[in-house]
Amino acid sequence: MMLAADVLVAQNIGFGVIAVIMVVGALRVVTTSNIVHAALWLVTVLAGAAAQYVLLAAEFVAVTQVLVYIGAVMVLFLFGTMLTRARIGAEKDVNNKNWFMGVPIAVLLLATMLLALNDGFGDEKLPADPDTLVNTQMISDQIFGPYLLPFWALSFVLLAAVIGAIVLARRD
Amino acid sequence: MLSASTEAAEAVFTSGWFLDHVWIVPIIPAVAFALIIFFGKRLPMKGSELGIISMLATLAMSAAAAYQWIDRVEAVDKEVFVPPVIKAWTWWSSDGFSFGIGQHIDGLALIVLCVVAFISTLVQIYSVEYLHGDRRYTHFFASLTLFSAGMMNMVIAENMLQLILGWEIMGLCSFMLIGHWWEDGANSRAALKAFFTTRTGDIGLLVGTSVLFFAANEWTQKTLGISSFTIRGLSAWALSGEPSSTAITVGAVALFIACIGKSGQFPLHTWLPDAMAGPTPVSSLLHSSTMVVAGVFLVARLYPVFFEGMNILGTNVNFIVVIGGITIVIAAALAFVQNDIKKVLAYSTVSQLGYMMMGLGAGAWLPAVFHIFTHAFFKACLFLGAGSISHSASHHSFDMKKDMGGLRKYMPITFMTWIVSTLALCGVFPFSGFFSKDEIIDNVGHNGYNLFMIVGLVGAFLTAAYMTRATYLTFFGTSRGASAGEHHDDAHGSHDSHATHDAHAHDTHGHDDHASHGESQGPRESGKLITVPLIILAVLAIGSGFLNATPFGEKWEKLKVWVEPRAEVVDATSVALVAHGGPGEVRALPAAEESEDGHHSSPCGSETPKDGVCVAPQLNHAKFKWSKAAMSLIIVFAGILISWFLSMQLYERKNKALVGLTQRNKLLGAGYNLLANKYYLDALYENVIVKAIAYPISRGAYWINQKVLDGAVNGAGIVARVSAGWVYRNIDQRVVDGAVNSSGAAAQGAGSALRPVQSGKVNQYGALLFGAAAIGALVLVIINT
Amino acid sequence: MLVNQFLMLGAVLFCIGVYGVIARRNAVLVLMSIELILNSVNINLLAFALRNGSADGHTFALYVIAVAAAEVGVGLAMVLLVYRNRKSIALDDLAEMKG
Repeated sequence: MMLAADVLVAQNIGFGVIAVIMVVGALRVVTTSNIVHAALWLVTVLAGAAAQYVLLAAEFVAVTQVLVYIGAVMVLFLFGTMLTRARIGAEKDVNNKNWFMGVPIAVLLLATMLLALNDGFGDEKLPADPDTLVNTQMISDQIFGPYLLPFWALSFVLLAAVIGAIVLARRD
Repeated sequence: MLSASTEAAEAVFTSGWFLDHVWIVPIIPAVAFALIIFFGKRLPMKGSELGIISMLATLAMSAAAAYQWIDRVEAVDKEVFVPPVIKAWTWWSSDGFSFGIGQHIDGLALIVLCVVAFISTLVQIYSVEYLHGDRRYTHFFASLTLFSAGMMNMVIAENMLQLILGWEIMGLCSFMLIGHWWEDGANSRAALKAFFTTRTGDIGLLVGTSVLFFAANEWTQKTLGISSFTIRGLSAWALSGEPSSTAITVGAVALFIACIGKSGQFPLHTWLPDAMAGPTPVSSLLHSSTMVVAGVFLVARLYPVFFEGMNILGTNVNFIVVIGGITIVIAAALAFVQNDIKKVLAYSTVSQLGYMMMGLGAGAWLPAVFHIFTHAFFKACLFLGAGSISHSASHHSFDMKKDMGGLRKYMPITFMTWIVSTLALCGVFPFSGFFSKDEIIDNVGHNGYNLFMIVGLVGAFLTAAYMTRATYLTFFGTSRGASAGEHHDDAHGSHDSHATHDAHAHDTHGHDDHASHGESQGPRESGKLITVPLIILAVLAIGSGFLNATPFGEKWEKLKVWVEPRAEVVDATSVALVAHGGPGEVRALPAAEESEDGHHSSPCGSETPKDGVCVAPQLNHAKFKWSKAAMSLIIVFAGILISWFLSMQLYERKNKALVGLTQRNKLLGAGYNLLANKYYLDALYENVIVKAIAYPISRGAYWINQKVLDGAVNGAGIVARVSAGWVYRNIDQRVVDGAVNSSGAAAQGAGSALRPVQSGKVNQYGALLFGAAAIGALVLVIINT
Repeated sequence: MLVNQFLMLGAVLFCIGVYGVIARRNAVLVLMSIELILNSVNINLLAFALRNGSADGHTFALYVIAVAAAEVGVGLAMVLLVYRNRKSIALDDLAEMKG
């Protein structure tokens, strides 16, 4: 029993540290005036999210997150930044004239959600029973079983995205 | 009678290889399409030979299948349910849903299949000469072939998903073919318009299919053991007395909206005349004889669903019959003010499609299907004739008033085939249109839809009159413009930008590189590849009517035996079955009932079938009477004579009392303007609806806004700003129909009030979206806590 | 661990993303903010998956990642095209949808 409690404490500390890093990183993403810095801060947020997935016993999704997001999507972002010839270094005018409109809306939204979450889940605990954990085999059974149709639709979306990206970006 | 049904209970229906393998038919053109795309350009005839060969093969296969179907039907008694030849394979399945692909072959599928294969073959042969030298010749044949594959797939579809697949392939090909000469802006706009308008309707197809699937699946799985995507499953379900009236009505209405879009019914007919911007063979194949009947075909295919959902025969008015009736009259009226010969034919097509819809809506299933059949031949012939004129006589112009006239002397074959087809279209005895159209009108009246019978007769009068006008302007009177040997390059602007027909160009200025071809000045007859298809179609325009010639007695009513599904209560397993009992043998167990007077009547469609299912409602047929036919013939002849007289006076003698009457008489002028502006429907769609919601050119909208502020009086008039050549300019406040006027003003008012919100800035939209979401969520949270 | 700590982390990230979408002018930065939003959704999905002991959440998290990848690909292609045509990727210059 002690052991389990210790593990939980360690997990809680881990969660707290990573969460703080993520929130700070996310805030920097939306406030920094340097696009490359924003991309790098986004990497920390995404990596933090991957770590949170591990805490949530979702290793497969965590690995996918690292591969797809940090591997591919970030490269895309950096390419996009490069190809649109953003200056390396701070840029002015990265924000709208009406950027302050975002603050009350975000705060309002946050307040609403926190209120609702607090109300709905209170201090409900996550189960720590290893029997209920999801393994990769279950995920694959889901994908190629009941969720085959969304999987197909998704395949088409990706195909369309590939074609669309080529058509949009090619030069002629 | 009793012995007959006992015998029938053990009937083994014959089948045959071709009938069992109709599913190969759409695969042939699909393969040919791929071959043309990949290898077409390297072949000696640039891929057209592949298209024609594949079409001939499909024609042969569908004709053989039809022959075997006739054997199958004629082998049994007339009151025995003949099961369709069904093959089904599971395409894929997921979590209990399984999606099949296969064939559902009955008389309806075969008659449409044969028509498609036949017209496609002729049109492809015709195109070899018509598009000779076109820069996208190979792609043209590839698209035509793919279109045929899509249409055939739709026609033989075993289930709704397969049908939707074919339906969408047709839409895509229609888009590609209308925009074949996309370098010209008007063509690509027309293609987009056709695509978007039909897509608007297609939402209904998806919604309707889903609604019906979820409403019916439980019943079909339990009773028949098949999914309710299947056509036979849906049909049986609709007539089982099981469905809630809401579900089936919603499903039927949604599906019918798709048919409105595809078959150019009011109010989504506006795309069809514009689609004539495509090459003439395309107009002939897709936009008159085959693709546009897809909507009619869908209604005929799922007739039980519409029969129950729309309560056909139950009341004297329903959605389908109203839409069909409106379409007949408004489209026929529009045909009078067109100067473009292809537009006259386009509106005529819209109007004839209205007849088919009205027939289906009024319970005249067989006459409507018969009209699909006959209409395909004579309308294809008329379009190809118009193409022949523009190809060889009027220097690629389709303007009857400017560039035609007096052509009967120069083009005797085209003239004769045109006349035959025109008479068939008008419904003159003994041409094919008489048998089909008259039967629709007759049956509509017989089923109690008296108002719509009158609408049909008015339509017949208008049809005769506008076709006479077009014929007069084209073939009689004096030669004008290009047909008289004059040259004016603006007349063929849409074809001018490419070298398409210039192998036959006969002008010497402006086309120096083709001067060597200008051997023949002035109009002449077209080549053999064009006239032979015309002659074949003209022969069928006469002959096809005799397949169901009701005036000559029951012996002549072949299609009634071959095509009309028999409305009998049958054993559920024989509906569900997929060619059981070994190859080529299908067992059905009819449980026919007879009424006391010996007259055969089936409960299908009127009451809940006991111990079995129905897949077709019981319909009755009007008895042919010469007295009724004589009335419609008199109306047709009156139309021809009046129109002939007026045409002579107007266009030849320049009678002062008549010429310019529309300018002098206010009422007539208002009517003319209403027609010339196509009831302002285009203006309504283009300028009011589209612009008020999302037209993406701020300048245009700003301009409108300024004008609205400047003068509210002119407001509605200015909405009809010309956005292209085919949107008309001269809207006059006085003639704007009150309803259109006020709805336009309302839409504009709302538009300008909301304009500051539509800043076009993504961030602002985001802020509005999330702000609204936050407030909405907050409200919900507060309510719930 | 509480369910709520993950859900609230998701909520915070979501709102930061919303702020970014509203406040940012540069199209690439807006796309990054959208990524934040999608990630917060994923955290929620996985938290609920653990709570309910089902694999549905995992499946959908994977789907969300795939859709996000497609979205970034197309989005950046559009940004590139816009940049090529107008030498700017400032979103408030793109007001042609103005009604």
